[in-house]
Amino acid sequence: MTQHHTALAHHFDTPEQQKEAATLGMWLFLATEIMLFGGIFMGYIVYRWAYPEVFSAGSHHLNLALGTVNTLILLCSSLTVALAVHAAEEGKRRVIVNLLLATIVLGAVFLGIKGVEYYQKFAECWAPASEECLVPGRSFFYPTETTHTEGAASAESPVSEAAVHSETASRPYQIFFLLYFIATGLHAFHMVVGISLMGVIVWMANRGRFSAEYYTPVEMSGLYWHLIDIIWVFLFPLFYLIH
Amino acid sequence: MSTTSPVASFYNDHSRTMIDWLKSWFLTIDHKRIAILYLITINIFFLLGGAAATVLRAELVTPQADLVQSDTYNKLFTLHGVIMIFFFLVPSIPAVLGNFLLPLMLGAKDLAFPRLNLLSWYVFFIGGLFALAATSLGGVDTGWTFYTPYSSTYANSNVILTATGIFIMGFSSILTGINFIVTIHKMRAPGLTWFRLPLFVWANYATSIIQVLATPVLGVSIALVAVERLLGVGIFDPALGGDPLLFQHLFWFYSHPAVYIMILPAMGVISELISCYSRKRVFGYEFIALSSIAIAVIGFFVWGHHMFVSSQSVYSGLVFSFLSYLVAIPSAIKVFNWTATLYKGSISYSTPMLYAMGFMGVFVIGGLTGLFLAASALDVHVHDTYFVVAHFHYIMVGGAIMAYLGGLHYWWPKITGRLYSEIWGRLSALIIFVGFNLTFFPQFFLGYLGMPRRYHVYPEEFQVLHVLSSAGSTILGIGYMIPIIYLLVSLRYGEIAKSNPWRAKGLEWQTTSPPPTENFEHTPIVTEEAYAYPPEEPERDAASYRPGSPL
Repeated sequence: MTQHHTALAHHFDTPEQQKEAATLGMWLFLATEIMLFGGIFMGYIVYRWAYPEVFSAGSHHLNLALGTVNTLILLCSSLTVALAVHAAEEGKRRVIVNLLLATIVLGAVFLGIKGVEYYQKFAECWAPASEECLVPGRSFFYPTETTHTEGAASAESPVSEAAVHSETASRPYQIFFLLYFIATGLHAFHMVVGISLMGVIVWMANRGRFSAEYYTPVEMSGLYWHLIDIIWVFLFPLFYLIH
Repeated sequence: MSTTSPVASFYNDHSRTMIDWLKSWFLTIDHKRIAILYLITINIFFLLGGAAATVLRAELVTPQADLVQSDTYNKLFTLHGVIMIFFFLVPSIPAVLGNFLLPLMLGAKDLAFPRLNLLSWYVFFIGGLFALAATSLGGVDTGWTFYTPYSSTYANSNVILTATGIFIMGFSSILTGINFIVTIHKMRAPGLTWFRLPLFVWANYATSIIQVLATPVLGVSIALVAVERLLGVGIFDPALGGDPLLFQHLFWFYSHPAVYIMILPAMGVISELISCYSRKRVFGYEFIALSSIAIAVIGFFVWGHHMFVSSQSVYSGLVFSFLSYLVAIPSAIKVFNWTATLYKGSISYSTPMLYAMGFMGVFVIGGLTGLFLAASALDVHVHDTYFVVAHFHYIMVGGAIMAYLGGLHYWWPKITGRLYSEIWGRLSALIIFVGFNLTFFPQFFLGYLGMPRRYHVYPEEFQVLHVLSSAGSTILGIGYMIPIIYLLVSLRYGEIAKSNPWRAKGLEWQTTSPPPTENFEHTPIVTEEAYAYPPEEPERDAASYRPGSPL
């Protein structure tokens, strides 16, 4: 026991009390995270209810293949984290390090693929003669059949700006893509935090900070990782699979 | 870290240089020192928000715009609201008194996460700097509510900077909430069961639940406003298909429960004061404890009563109206039980008790006018008028600030080890009560007669009531200045306080004043319920009566 005494903070009586406190604190933190994303999910519900056909049309413009691959990658990363926590329970330091390094690699690949998806959307906006620009903002342009036909008709009679405005207001495609960018962007930010956290845990594990008796940080960062994973499991069908 | 004598307090330190001394305060993980840091910071914010209110009231003395013009006026009431709500009232009682007392009341050495506690103060401080920067760079004029599309599209002021400040400050609130919940669950002394906890702890537990679950929603809604403003995208902008009402839903989902973040800890303080100065166990202890939880839970489902006239559907308006009435039940349970506690109690009119009595009267008025506003038909008439302003100031200023001051006086000997001047204390409590009512009672009439809020000019027939209100605010301002002076004076000249100057119950009074760094020499063991005042206490009170003593 003496070697673990350093891990016991001065204000706790027993290691069990300390671990229970850390676990409860972490779960409460996860609850705040869910409420944070909850605000965005609320926005999603309101607008999907208001514009169902816009959302299902918009989802065709996301890269389903890359999204699916990313989902699988993230699920694998959760598996490696779960195995790492299991290894920590048994005090296998080497195994923890290897599994968490695998987690970091998987997380980085996820972010890379996400970056490719983002890049594709931005590249369409940068291209001089592109047909669409799905990044919300001033240059946002969503190619619909109506605009095509109207575009042909407007050769003779130019559409007034007010008409364009009411057109965007009645078919607000940009809200779908805005929610997509905000939700996945916030998720990606959490991934960056998660990967950094895993880096710290790997470093700590490598220095031999953990043992079968004390591995609370491994378990806590594992909980965090699982939460990011679960949020993605919700985001993926909500944005990619609503045809 | 070795305590040399049993009277060493947490103020004693062994730092030899200035740098060491600064480190011992700004890198401290002692909850008591962090509470002191919070105490100083939020009181500075209080003075700042109060100064803005003073200018507002001065402008409203005449019907014309003479002191400030409309633009400045808008910025001043926004500054007043943002500072007072996010940087004073929300952290006030939990972060100062809660931080100091929670571990003491639980018989613990510290909060569960001391470093997180220090972090929360820094986060709060940085958020405050952002808000102050926004003010000094020209201010913000959206009102503290940041309604879209004005805030996201039209306002030409520092919305993003202020929003960032509030977003950052939110984390401090969340961290404090998590810390409190875990501490109350896991750090109670042996024998301190849930129903032996002081009611202040129950109140802070309920508050923390709201802080943890509601604050992130404010964060995300205010971040969306900033994104919309920054990138010119439309999530609340009706021109781009967005729905401004969604912002109001998200905003009030936090900001209505935030009212309970402000008032619940105040109710906790009042339970402590009433029990101590009546020498009786709080009547209906379990009901007061659980009513705090009930208020926290129901409080999550009433936000729509802010939107009765905002194109919300009439049917959801009805539901929100009904749910808002429900909050009155646990609130009334508290008031009735406090009153029943006074019955046949040995009441002494000390300064904290005067504040508690003031709280009860003012809270009843504020609460009952809340029922007017929850009635969706009546609300159409008084919505966005001074009636609303008066109502929520009765709850926030009359309720929360009076309880904060009462609690600060009650625990002042414990926090500082000194007694304040009782005469000045009682005098200022009375001045504050009179000044407060004179300021805000006329506003009920103003609002009912149709004076809208947030206007700097008004028809001449409202002038009498406005002058009364401004006169009251002068008295109120003086009332707030007096405690600052005599409390600061007491730090040097006040009588040295004993461990338990009020002969109160509760673990915090069992340790020395001020407590040592580790709070208790030995972890206390609790064998009795809270507020177990022995029946002979009143007789002892009577025996120690001297002319002029508060009895």
